[in-house]
Amino acid sequence: MARAAIPGRLTWQPATVATTRAETATARTLVLNVDGWTGHLPGQHIDLRLTAPDGYTAYRSYSISSAPGLDRLEVTVQTVPDGEVSPYLVDVAEPGDQFEIRGPLGGWFVRRPADPRPALLIGGGSGVAPLMSMARAAKTPTRLLYSTRSPSDALFSADLATAGAAGDDRVTVTHVYTRVGPPGWPVPPGRLDADALARVAWPREADAVAFVCGPTGFVETVADLLVDIGHDPANIRTERFGPTGG
Amino acid sequence: MALITRGFGGRRRDDTDLPPGQYRTDDFPVLSAGPTPRIGLDAWELAVVTETGERSTWSWAQFTALPADEPTVDIHCVTHWSKFGTRWRGVSVDTLLADVETAAEYVVAHCYGGYTTNIPLEDLTDGQAWVAYEFDGEPLAPVHGGPARLLIPHLYFWKSAKWLRALELRLDDEPGFWETAGYHNYGDPWREQRYQAD
Repeated sequence: MARAAIPGRLTWQPATVATTRAETATARTLVLNVDGWTGHLPGQHIDLRLTAPDGYTAYRSYSISSAPGLDRLEVTVQTVPDGEVSPYLVDVAEPGDQFEIRGPLGGWFVRRPADPRPALLIGGGSGVAPLMSMARAAKTPTRLLYSTRSPSDALFSADLATAGAAGDDRVTVTHVYTRVGPPGWPVPPGRLDADALARVAWPREADAVAFVCGPTGFVETVADLLVDIGHDPANIRTERFGPTGG
Repeated sequence: MALITRGFGGRRRDDTDLPPGQYRTDDFPVLSAGPTPRIGLDAWELAVVTETGERSTWSWAQFTALPADEPTVDIHCVTHWSKFGTRWRGVSVDTLLADVETAAEYVVAHCYGGYTTNIPLEDLTDGQAWVAYEFDGEPLAPVHGGPARLLIPHLYFWKSAKWLRALELRLDDEPGFWETAGYHNYGDPWREQRYQAD
């Protein structure tokens, strides 16, 4: 018997790996072709389902890192040591390989195109992935603050290096390095603190919205610091992931 | 017919207690929508409000003096992780409702920080749900919902609202925060009710 489609139901759709891009030694971006994909809101994620030949399945959620587009999307995956799904996505999958996705998912950690407010995007490690989608689709002035251990751990290095170039001042990028900075970096490496945050944050009267994504400890710290420097808690949206998730 | 993913072997674990689409973790991941609210215990209050506006309240001292249970339960997050054998201490919702007269069929949990979630009343009673204030023998950390959170292990964990402030008893159902943001209204992990229309 044919199953009638339920309106609004999110069905699993085949996704085909079009190309891959190494981001770091342990992370890469997969460009996926998905027939009939109608785009997403920056910040949304997909659920992904891998099926082994014997029918065993594994599911994970990944943020979309690309700007909204038709029939195509990108996810950026960091290998989790001993992970089950992330090592496959980072080391094994090749162009032409297929798995299933459903989405786009999530209606809170999203930056809607009609939102007129300036934005502060703060990412830790691979938590920058949904923020990258927001930065790429930015329609209002956007400041991205990106914390990584070292330059070689930073995702999207090439894209971030050209942000703000060619007279496009919508997106400005500030890096924070917690362990090792690049040669000649003016600031000693260290964790993001209230001073560094205050230098990048929008003034109160700008009525900016903040999106914070990263490991739990990072998000906790940054969200608390934002509240401390006077950012309205109602205008701080967070997304966190623990050490698992691979 | 499922689509086979070339090159994916997967890792089998004999977890028969795992609902569909879930994997097991031994960590305790955190998911919240905004900053963690900090609530001082002297200002903390828990309320039960009926559909007629009758209000019962407990201060922290009153609340923690109530008879408590120590459930050990499995918890299931909609983001696909499950954690087995978590140990809590908390007050059964039955205890909080013992002297409450109501014809309500639904409950909205209200939280410090503004979060809300909706649950049918029958899912909170008969020993199925607690307001928990200890985890693993320690006071519940703010990041995990302390001072006190709902614990409804048979539903996806977003229903187990952190930083609980009040249970509002209602005659009608009123979708909460995630329920109006595309997530399922009920959230049964065994029927994999993650998103609207699942």
